[in-house]
Order: sequence, then structure tokens, then C-alpha cells
Amino acid sequence: MADPKSLYQEVILDHNRKPRNYGELAQASHKAEGHNPLCGDHLSVALNLEGENIAAIAFQGESCAICKASASMMTANVKGKTRQDAETMIQEFRDMATGHIDIGKQAHHLGRLTVFAGVRDLPTRVKCAILPWHTLHAALNSSAQTSTESENDPMHAPIGDA
Amino acid sequence: MSARLGALQPRSAAAFDVERIRADFPILKLRLEGKPLVYLDNAASSQMPQQVIDRLLRYQTSQHANIHRAVHTLSEVATAEYEEARRKLARFVNAREERELIFTSGTTEAINLAMHGYGRKFIGAGDEIILTTLEHHSNIVPWQMLAQEKGARIRVVPINDAGELLLDEYEKLFNERTQFVGLSHVSNALGSVNPVKQMIAYARARGVPVLVDGAQAAPHMKVDVQDLDCDFYAFSGHKLCGPTGIGILYGKAALLERMQPFKGGGDMILSVTFEKTTYNVIPQKFEAGTPPIAAAIGLGAAVDYLSAIGMDAIAVQEHGLLEYATEQLQQLPGVRIVGTARDKAAVLSFVLDGVHPHDVGTLLNQDGVAVRTGHHCAQPVMQRFKLPATSRASFAFYNTLAEVDALVAGIRNVQRVFC
Repeated sequence: MADPKSLYQEVILDHNRKPRNYGELAQASHKAEGHNPLCGDHLSVALNLEGENIAAIAFQGESCAICKASASMMTANVKGKTRQDAETMIQEFRDMATGHIDIGKQAHHLGRLTVFAGVRDLPTRVKCAILPWHTLHAALNSSAQTSTESENDPMHAPIGDA
Repeated sequence: MSARLGALQPRSAAAFDVERIRADFPILKLRLEGKPLVYLDNAASSQMPQQVIDRLLRYQTSQHANIHRAVHTLSEVATAEYEEARRKLARFVNAREERELIFTSGTTEAINLAMHGYGRKFIGAGDEIILTTLEHHSNIVPWQMLAQEKGARIRVVPINDAGELLLDEYEKLFNERTQFVGLSHVSNALGSVNPVKQMIAYARARGVPVLVDGAQAAPHMKVDVQDLDCDFYAFSGHKLCGPTGIGILYGKAALLERMQPFKGGGDMILSVTFEKTTYNVIPQKFEAGTPPIAAAIGLGAAVDYLSAIGMDAIAVQEHGLLEYATEQLQQLPGVRIVGTARDKAAVLSFVLDGVHPHDVGTLLNQDGVAVRTGHHCAQPVMQRFKLPATSRASFAFYNTLAEVDALVAGIRNVQRVFC
């Protein structure tokens, strides 16, 4: 798709077609389930922490292309990073998707993940991109379940009639 | 194109000048990012013709005051116009008496009114309420709340793979504990038109009252509550070319009179002391507080507009759109229509192989085509088809065959992106 404004760029479509780190992770030390009840997306993230390092990570689930590509690129980017680095990226990704940082001007560690910057213009799709990161955050903190609709969710924003 | 459709087109064209009708709807001239708006989300909310917009403006600029309150001229005018709107709505659904129509904020509040006013008074522990798999959440959740409060039980009518209710199963659900039936006239997620008349007759023969959720039926076909013989019929203004924040609960007068009030406040009383309040007569008993007067009058203008075109003509036009769209989508490889009932309103739910409905919706939007994606507030339907969501194109009488073509071209684009 040639339109540069489109979210559906080749890199996203490619990760949707061939998601990286997709499947089960044997003997995960941390895992969490994430779901977005408004659209039925759900995915699980499992990882192995060795010390503070994310030695292995995998995800699986049913979701739209934006969510699946976000999860795939997320796992590829946080693998080998420390828990602290991952938490920083989670925060930065969230800020980018909700338009709270200007990735053109402010420093960040998102690299190619900036292909998702366009979701800020699609309020109903922000949660699709964020759900994997939200789930990763829950996994790192070993909370068993997360949802884009939990009451104390800082990312919660009403998106209208379900 | 089939012979069947070929035969239909001239007939609908003769009855219908779509371009003249479209000229009544200013929003249909919108262009979004350079593309003409193709609005196919009418089951969620329809658009408003200039005639209704003008009526709202006239009310607000020259007729507004509170109703049923003061002796001054404006209050009398506003009261008369509000009650005239009720008369128009009563004629629209062929109610016996206009006091059988209660203005609510929409279908959801109408169903909640029936639940609080009738259900909480007459349904008790061990009683059973029959609902169907096709219900919108607004005709499920209020009854679940009641069942939880009273210790009553919900029984559910199943559907087949086409999205049609299984009438044998419906009849088997009845027993001596059955106290209520809640039933959609048209499924919002699949478009199935349910055989409500037959189902109402079965329930009423056993003394069981029936509420029909007509939110998706009233905009698309002639509704005759006396012919249906339903006890309650609920629908919304904003799906009927009217404003948001207004809807109707029709109820048989004898039933409404036996019910308890839903909301307490002004206008619903005859007298108040701290010892005792005497409630007003119907419909005022159920219309506490200042109602959405402008919206009610706007809805009156909307049913005037629809009646002038004719609900039968509207049904024929929309059926033509549905048939054409169904044929076009059936010819597209990788597209599956969900909901293939023999009798359908102009709702087309579909899924694309390998593409999530939300991606379909976002990409169609980039082509100017507005459809709904998601579970359509009907999660039991989605669960029945083992789908998280569908895309849904829903047509109104002001849509055109060219807009169906735009939908089809948009779907091809989606498939190209995801190939």
C-alpha cells in the first residue's frame, strides 16, 4: 500500500503474516493474558527472566493485524533486554500510540516500532496496538490477567458504543 | 446479475427516486479525505433529512418552553406539539390509543422501563423469562439484572446456522413457570427477521406477555402493534431518521396501568405529600421530569417523512439493496456472509478469510466506506458462530447500488492489502 499515512505498511503486514516468536514458551517464568472485550482480541505473553534479562519471550492469540504485528515486533525488540529497558519501551510505546510524545522531536528507544505512530489518528485502534505491551507489562509484574477495560487502567479511554 | 434482481430494479426505481431522496440528507454530500461518504452503518444510527433538521430548528426558535406546566402561550404550544408527536408515533405503529406510547430515551430505556415497571412487580423467584440468542445486549442485561434480583431464570431460544430461531425449541421452553418473553423483531447483528407474530400468538395463548425489541424493524418495515398483538414494542428515534435521546415504549394500556412507575419525579404524579404520592395516569406515570421535548417533536417529523415515502416502498428499496449486495459478496472469493436467514432486513454481516474485521473496517474507512465492525452488542450471536467479530454493512433507503459497488471495491482493496 503506497499511502504513507496508512497504518498498513509492509512491515506491519509482514509481521501479521509471519509473526515472530509466536507460540508456546516451555517453562515460562512469567506470563499474562490480555484481552480487549470491546473487539474480542485476546493474546497471551510468556517470558523467561534470567536475572533481570528477558532471555526468551513468546506470544499467541487471536487478534487483528495491528495487534498481532505489534506483539510480534514487541517480542523481537524486547528479547535480550532488561526488565527495566522493556518497561521504558512499554511507556514510550504507550505515549507514542496515544500521542503523548512526538517521536520526531523527543528521544526514544522505539526504533522501527515507530511504524505504529499512525494509530494516534485512529482512536478506536489505539488499544489494538497497545494490548500486547499492556500484557507484557502484566507479565513482567506477574499479574495473572489484564484487560484494556480494567478500571485502574491508565490507558483506559472510552471508545464509544461497543 | 440474476433475473430476480433484474426484475426488481425497475420496480424499485419506479417507486423510488433515490437521488431526489438523497438530496434531503445534507450529510450524504460529505466528502471525507477527498472521498464521497458511503454510509453503510444505518443499523447503528441513521442520518437525518433536512425536513427533520428544519423541524428541530423551528421548535427551538419559536416554540420551546416546558410542557404540562404553565398557562403561558409557549408552554401550551410546546405541550400541543409534544402530544401531537405522540399521536404521530401512535399512528406510525397503529396503536389503539396514543396513551399507549411512552417517550423514553431510546430502546434501551424502553426495555428497562418494562423490566422495572412490569418485571419487578410481576416476576418472582423461580419464574422463567424466555429470550433468544439473537438479542442485543439491551434485551439481555436488564432481564439478567431482574433474574438476579428476584431469583428468576433466563431461558434462551437457540438459532440454526442460518441465524434463524428454532421455533420447536422456543415452544419447548414454555412451562407453568414461564412469565415473560423478550424477542427481537429483527436481529441487529445478522438481519434475520423473526416470525414474531407467530411467536407472540404462542406465548399469549399461554397467558405470557411478550416484549418485542423493534429497534431494527421499525426503520425498515411497516409495524402494526395491534396486528402483532405484542404487549410491548420498543424502538429508537435515531435509527428512524430522528434525533438521538428519544425512543418509544409501546405497551397495551391495561398492562401499563397495572405497572409500577420506573422513575419518580415531576409530571408523573397527581399529588404529593410526605405521607403519600398519587401517581398520574398513563403515559405521564412513566414520564417523570422534563422529557426530551425537541427530540420527541423531531421524531414526529421523522415518521411523517418516512410515512410520506411509505414504509412498504422503503422495505422494497432496501430489499433490492440487500439482494444486490448479497449477490456481489457471494461472488467474492474469501468472503463469507454470516446470517443467511430466508427472511432478512438490509443487514449484511460478513467476514474475510485471514483478515480481522477491525482491519476491514479501518481499511474500508480509508475508501470512505463506513461499516460497523465488532460484536454488535450481540456477543451470544458471535459465540454461536464462533467468531470474535464481524464486519456489518447495513443499508437504508437512501443508499444506492453504486454504494454497494463501492463496498465491493473496498473489500477487494482490503484483500489486495492482505494478500
